[in-house]
Amino acid sequence: MIEAVDLHKVYPVNKRRVVALDGVDLSVEQGEVYGVVGQSGAGKSTLLRCVNLLERPTSGRVVVDGRDMTALGAADLRRARRRIGMVHQHFALLSSRTVAGNIAFPLENAGVPRRRRGARVAELLDLVGLGDKAKAYPAQLSGGQKQRVGIARALASDPAVLLSDEATSALDPDTTESILELLRDLNRELGLTILLITHEMDVIKRICDSAAIMESGTFLESGKVLDLIATPGSRLASSLFPLPPTDAPDSVAVTYPRAYDEPLMSELTRRFGVDVNILAGAVEQVAGTSVGRLNVQIQGERRDGALRFLTDKGLLVQEAGR
Amino acid sequence: MIDALTEFADRLPGMQETLYYGTLDTLYMVLWATVFSVLFGLPLGVLLVTTERGGLTPAPWLKPVLGAVVNIGRSLPFIVLMVAVLSLTRLLTGTTLGPTAAIVPLSIGAVPFFARLVETAVREVDRGVVEAAHAMGTRKSAIVGKVLLPEALPGLVAALVMTVVTLVSYSAMAGAIGGGGLGDVAIREGYQRFDDHYLWATVILLVVIVQAAQTIGDLVIRRVSHR
Repeated sequence: MIEAVDLHKVYPVNKRRVVALDGVDLSVEQGEVYGVVGQSGAGKSTLLRCVNLLERPTSGRVVVDGRDMTALGAADLRRARRRIGMVHQHFALLSSRTVAGNIAFPLENAGVPRRRRGARVAELLDLVGLGDKAKAYPAQLSGGQKQRVGIARALASDPAVLLSDEATSALDPDTTESILELLRDLNRELGLTILLITHEMDVIKRICDSAAIMESGTFLESGKVLDLIATPGSRLASSLFPLPPTDAPDSVAVTYPRAYDEPLMSELTRRFGVDVNILAGAVEQVAGTSVGRLNVQIQGERRDGALRFLTDKGLLVQEAGR
Repeated sequence: MIDALTEFADRLPGMQETLYYGTLDTLYMVLWATVFSVLFGLPLGVLLVTTERGGLTPAPWLKPVLGAVVNIGRSLPFIVLMVAVLSLTRLLTGTTLGPTAAIVPLSIGAVPFFARLVETAVREVDRGVVEAAHAMGTRKSAIVGKVLLPEALPGLVAALVMTVVTLVSYSAMAGAIGGGGLGDVAIREGYQRFDDHYLWATVILLVVIVQAAQTIGDLVIRRVSHR
């Protein structure tokens, strides 16, 4: 749905060149939620803004819904942008318009006649749960409500893709939760493809099917979240499940890429006669699956066999301290 | 004090007609000059914002030209400007005397003033909102008409009030060189004929006009501001 190939973006700043994107390849599939996570200054925002050409990449190609965005003229680009919804960190609502007026804005752009606009706005307000706020002005709404208006506005022109620029970063934890839930629902019910950028690992954990970790204008790793978690040395896995460092002898980090019904640890002690001591652990719902990570001390003569057993079961085992 | 007030009140009926026409002339000049200020100053102010680098319609050559024009207009003291444009005034109105003639220098003086205020108000509009409009595939003309101007409206109304107030004071100056209006009354009756009562009366009327403009403006701003 979104394909970006070898994106570079260089800004000239006082005769120096600041590289914001340094060869990014991005591939977002139809109907998935794709999260790009990174510190501020990593280039996430530039990447997102290159997708709808708010920033023109210095080189590289962006294809959205089969259309090469980088090749479009001004009028075609405007038309293409109407099929790409965008949600902003600071909402970016028109303070001079009511909630209904804000949501109607993209419909006016698209030349939808007045009568049809009213019906569509009412429909969207219901979709985001703000049916009673049509006549309110943005200044009268809470942050979460404003973002719901932002989302309704982004959906008004039936976009194929939704871009989310730190949509929850200005919100408190409870509101963040409800907005993420809304995005997840929209993704499931409308089959909406979502590309989001965030600096919060939690967002990746809660709603993303795929993710990329970004640093200094490049992707350090990218792919399906569950695949990344099952990849040795994954930064995503260790960021999602931060475990305290341990210097206990013979300890390993064990990653469960899915939930297991079998009692693996007790089987370990029974079959290999090893001592198992759990030092730290975390279990989370990621992409709809229970995923966990444990720091375990495994000691005994048949330790190697025990580790092999875990690996054969599909767990990811890494010697700690390595 | 009481005596002075009584005397002033006794004189009022006699001054009434002069003051009435003076007020009408002042309002006439200010009104038309305001109309022209908006007509030319509003687009000029918007262009000052949109033509800059990274703006909506960047024009690196036009921006300094517009800026220079505005600065020239702003740097001339109004009384000098009035004299400087006399021939233009004669060309446009056929005369250099009376309120209609005064509208020309008043407009020329107020356009750059209003344009700078418009520029400031439009610049205040949240960049994020403009960017969001771009992201929604909005035409540039619609960004000006549906985003920049409505979002800046409270600031624009405040700018308009300020311009009206300034025009009232300019119009009094115009009176000094034959423009008519309350300024003319104050100079001719009050200053040259040493009639303090005329002076007081014009002062009171000018204060009332300015106060009325400000009060109405504040009411409108409260209506259109939804921040």
